[in-house]
Amino acid sequence: MNVMRKLDLKPERAGRARRFAALVRKESYQVVRDPSSILIAFVLPMILLFLFGYGVSLDTTRTRVALVIEEATPLTRDLAASFEASRYFSVVNGRDRREFEDDLVLGRVRGILVVPASFTADHAAGRHPTVQVIVDGSDPNTANFVQNYAQGTVANWERQRASEGRSPPPAIAADQRFWFNPELTSRNFLVPGSIAIVMTLVGTLLTSLVVAREWERGTMEAMMATPVSAAELLAGKLLPYFILGLTSMTLCVLIAVFLFGVPFRGSIAALYALSATFLMPALGQGLLISAATKNQFLASQLALISAFLPAFLLSGFLFEINSMPTVIQWITYIVPARYLIPSLQTVFLAGDIWPMFARSIAVMFLIGCIFFALAARSTKKRIG
Amino acid sequence: MPTPRTEIDAAPFVRLSAVTKRFGAASPALDAIEGVILGGRITGLVGPDGAGKTTLIRLMTGLMLADEGTVEVLGYDTRRDPGAIQAAIGYMPQRFGLYEDLTVQENLDLYADLRGLPKTERGRTFAELLEFTDLARFTARLAGKLSGGMKQKLGLACALLRKPRLLLLDEPGVGVDPISRRDLWKMVENLTAEGIGVVWSTAYLEEAEACDHVFLLNQGRLLFSGPPQEMTGRVEDRVFRLSGVDGRRRDRLARLLDQDGVIDGVIQGEAIRLVMKPGLPPPTLGTDDGAAPARASVTPPRFEDAFVDMLGGGPGGRSRLAETQRAFTEEAGRPVIEARGLTKRFGDFTAADSITFDIPRGEIFGLLGPNGAGKSTTFKMLCGLLKPSAGEGRVAGFDLRRDAAEARNRLGYMAQKFSLYGDLNVIQNLNFFAGVYGLSGARKRERIDLMTEIFDFRSIHDMSAKDLPLGLKQRLALASAVLHEPEVLFLDEPTSGVDPITRREFWTHINGLVEKGVTVLVTTHFMDEAEYCDRISLIYRGRSIALGSPDEMKARVASNDLPDPTMEDAFVALVQDSEAKEAA
Amino acid sequence: MWWTRLKALIVKELLAVLRDPKGRTVLIGPPILQLLVFSYAATLEVKNVDLIVLNRDHGHWSQEIIQQIGGSPTFRSVTLAASPAEVRFALDTQRVLAAVEIGPTFSRDIEAGRPAEVQVILDGRRSNASQIVSGYVGRIVGAVAAETPAGKRAASDLIQVEARNWFNPNLTFQWFMVPNLVASIALLIGLIVTALSVARERELGTFDQLIVSPLRTHEILLGKLIPPMMIGLFHITIYILAAVFVFGVPLRGSLLLLYGSAIFYLAAVVGLGLFISALSMTQQQAILGAFLFMVPAMLLSGFATPIENMPSWLQPVTLINPLRYFLVIVKGVFLKDIPLAEVVRQTLPLCLIAIVTLSSAAWLFRRRLE
Repeated sequence: MNVMRKLDLKPERAGRARRFAALVRKESYQVVRDPSSILIAFVLPMILLFLFGYGVSLDTTRTRVALVIEEATPLTRDLAASFEASRYFSVVNGRDRREFEDDLVLGRVRGILVVPASFTADHAAGRHPTVQVIVDGSDPNTANFVQNYAQGTVANWERQRASEGRSPPPAIAADQRFWFNPELTSRNFLVPGSIAIVMTLVGTLLTSLVVAREWERGTMEAMMATPVSAAELLAGKLLPYFILGLTSMTLCVLIAVFLFGVPFRGSIAALYALSATFLMPALGQGLLISAATKNQFLASQLALISAFLPAFLLSGFLFEINSMPTVIQWITYIVPARYLIPSLQTVFLAGDIWPMFARSIAVMFLIGCIFFALAARSTKKRIG
Repeated sequence: MPTPRTEIDAAPFVRLSAVTKRFGAASPALDAIEGVILGGRITGLVGPDGAGKTTLIRLMTGLMLADEGTVEVLGYDTRRDPGAIQAAIGYMPQRFGLYEDLTVQENLDLYADLRGLPKTERGRTFAELLEFTDLARFTARLAGKLSGGMKQKLGLACALLRKPRLLLLDEPGVGVDPISRRDLWKMVENLTAEGIGVVWSTAYLEEAEACDHVFLLNQGRLLFSGPPQEMTGRVEDRVFRLSGVDGRRRDRLARLLDQDGVIDGVIQGEAIRLVMKPGLPPPTLGTDDGAAPARASVTPPRFEDAFVDMLGGGPGGRSRLAETQRAFTEEAGRPVIEARGLTKRFGDFTAADSITFDIPRGEIFGLLGPNGAGKSTTFKMLCGLLKPSAGEGRVAGFDLRRDAAEARNRLGYMAQKFSLYGDLNVIQNLNFFAGVYGLSGARKRERIDLMTEIFDFRSIHDMSAKDLPLGLKQRLALASAVLHEPEVLFLDEPTSGVDPITRREFWTHINGLVEKGVTVLVTTHFMDEAEYCDRISLIYRGRSIALGSPDEMKARVASNDLPDPTMEDAFVALVQDSEAKEAA
Repeated sequence: MWWTRLKALIVKELLAVLRDPKGRTVLIGPPILQLLVFSYAATLEVKNVDLIVLNRDHGHWSQEIIQQIGGSPTFRSVTLAASPAEVRFALDTQRVLAAVEIGPTFSRDIEAGRPAEVQVILDGRRSNASQIVSGYVGRIVGAVAAETPAGKRAASDLIQVEARNWFNPNLTFQWFMVPNLVASIALLIGLIVTALSVARERELGTFDQLIVSPLRTHEILLGKLIPPMMIGLFHITIYILAAVFVFGVPLRGSLLLLYGSAIFYLAAVVGLGLFISALSMTQQQAILGAFLFMVPAMLLSGFATPIENMPSWLQPVTLINPLRYFLVIVKGVFLKDIPLAEVVRQTLPLCLIAIVTLSSAAWLFRRRLE
């Protein structure tokens, strides 16, 4: 028996490399042959990208509003024309606000802009001419936009008149500029953000499923009873899904740039550095989930709740972290996507801003190490 | 046959001392197991499901640690040196540990790499193993697409890649047809000749008889350790075969079992097999009912006889269930179950090919065959789970196509492993089954109370079904299936893996019900269960290759070499016959 | 007779979900999580904004602007920058969402009655928040402008935009979110419970047991449909109670209408769940299937973003989404007291969807049996 032990020690390194290669090869075959891997790694990402590229749009272009001109004068007609010309509104004209109150209730218009009968007279007399905006508060976000745009349109109209010398210029003009995304196209930041979600799906959901599947089918047990070490087992799982995650990300980036026309101003190196680091915590979490559940059903539920939803909701992707209650803000600090999403948006829209990336990479790396340590601890070569 | 060897070179491969393993607070899964496993022989770990066999094997692999005691494998302690052990053993877990979406060759390559088989040796080793397992033609096939027997052989091949010193096989025989099982056994026997130690765990007691050494486990305790002959020796000269019992052998058996001195009795084809208390003669079957007296002859004991004897004997012969059952009287000659040319095709694969048989009232009819042969397909067509592609089936006189619901009202269905709702407790399960069979009000209460009483559910009525021990699950499944007093019972693998006492109790009830005119259709790949049947249809590759009583089947294959074949012998011979005919 | 059978099946379904720890997790976990996360975290309001100011002016008016911004509850911090590079860095690295640059002649221009200008730079990577902040800054600048001598003179000439928010005067985000959640929780629960119920039985092998029992196919279907609908109604009720008593959302319309249409909505959802269930072999596939449907259904419902913002070719797709209609009903009943006719108009499509999903699920179901 001692002889055998010595024999095993000598070719240890070569054996390790070969075992590792064998595990990676096995995993790759499985990815290619298992429809659910393809589904999660390629179909689901396409659907998400598509939804965020087309379906979800925070751009309130052409909001339907009613415009009520209670008294038609050259002045009010001029104002009405500027509302009609606004690219933010799609205007229905009317004479009486009561015509549109039902439409507001039924959601057919988002707001009613009322230029009162006294407007022309008040304007001429300098008696605080007023434009009323009645908005549908049941959707506060749209309501806010309608208010802002109405205000903006009126201000523009006044500035226009001022430049034509027909009214005094405003005392202070606020010149507003939006950097990185001057047209405020929501697709430009939603699509990069959704790439982070795609990587969460591959890294956490898919990985936790495939590891749990090995437990369920008893192949994990057979593996463990071979000379493979726990570290080799883990690494053999991770490498294929790491590559798959990056592949899936690359595909998404190509679609984002070439199909959706999202600008890409940063460097490819930064993109891959960020994505690769992000996959560490994502994969680590996947391993941890599967090691803890050993059951595909529970793993999928846990992965969706603990990885997908936070990446979606608590990462600043759709909702501003700063606006959340403090307790929830604390939670967002352990959501890896919180660091990736702004950095990805930056790589796409702003360019390489390394101080920001360095911080994101450092934090994601740290979270990744913690997940790995926990996963390694729970994946001993032991059953039950 | 085991090759003779001296005791000196047989240093223990595995040494178990006071090994105890617990899961949760329940009684231990393994309780102070002691023993030694030697190289060069097949050691059987024998016992019903839940006895602790898998746990014991996992302890030997070092994948699981004992709570108390030590496990030493090939000189290493599993606690300290699991790596060294894993490098030197071959292990085939239940379900064989194969990757189903990898091909045969890819599975072999994977395990060869993991076990560090040098490249130079691969060609030869693969060729040898593929030849040995007869898988050479299938190297490009996905493992998931192999039959149970082929999977098992591939699993074995993977475990043997780098010739292990100790081979651990966890229930290699489950779900595999007897022919493959015999092939496997021969392969493993060849290995022992090279000095490899083999541990073979099984719930089939007949497999135990072929082992060199047996560990008999029951509920975590080691009941017996030694050569199987020593075990069967316990009941030597106490096992009798009563033949000439004619038609009413079930009724006879029931009465015999209640007699003093009878430890165990089962139906064996046309005869009754009895185990008597030491020194007692076989009971003379009285001629009080006018039947011809039975002839009793001493017959060689089997492992199961000794096991039941060791457990203190089987249950009595009375079935309260049958006593309270209303009798179904003979009607004008119409068979209760009819299958006429039943055929089921899935794409271009014919799972069942024109199966035809009749089952008269009060008969137990068996569909016997390996997994995947088509017996389940036939069974499912007859109970309405599958629509036949051709042919027709009738149950209790109702055509399954047109009056399926009427037919279903009259049948009870029990699939041992799948009948119950695990999350519902005992009473909720009974309530559910009573409800779906349309029992309500006083009748429902009465039937449920009766079942609770007969099967002794009162103390466990609020336990979830999934937490019940196997024996109780089986009782609950039976109770649920007969609540509505069905005319016909469909039993799918009703007692596989169950301990012999529970199995006897089950068959006592079934025998009693059959005496009352209930008709039973049972599928099994379990040769013992086949012996309870009046007639059997042997299903192989989608076709019925033989139909007749168990004794007829055995008689058909009896020869000078094999004067008294077992059911399994008959099965193997008939299948080989059919294959030979097909080849011709 | 049929009622005895159906009752047994319904009782069993409910027990199976309630006694199974997995089932209980599904019933209790996501609803609580959703209520907490969505109603508190998922807000499109903008608060706690960080802003940087590059002030090259030394006069009073720039101070006035900075103070007003600092005093606004929207802004958390106002940092003073020393150089344009600092502004750039802060914006680049997202330390701030917005920057205000004030030129050296700002106060002098104002005092002299010349038009003055401030520059507001916003981070377009977070365009939603930026737009809202831009509105806030604009209003603050306007308010300061009104204080200036020129402003005071022109004040009576300036057009005031007077906003009135119907249905939700303070634009409380939770009034919007919580009614939305009533609809989406029913989708989530209805879909998952139904999708799992058949898949679970198939996986455990008990499904065969149902089929060999005298239960007819339509009874099995009904038995699979009614319990998830009951559970869905239960969750809707809990959420409505939470909306009214915890979040203080006004309930202006008729509960009767809400529950009436909820039944059709749940039927549509449960039909979809059954459809997914009939297609999947395992519980895991059922979960993934439900997920695959749920994400687009949520995003294309008008929940997150209004349907009219979507490209016109995509808008028709939302017509088959039951959530779309029920969202209108819930929000309408809660906040707007929409009339019966409108509820009916939105319920009719639900009815149609329910008929289609239920009958195709039934068809698939039967086909799978054969």
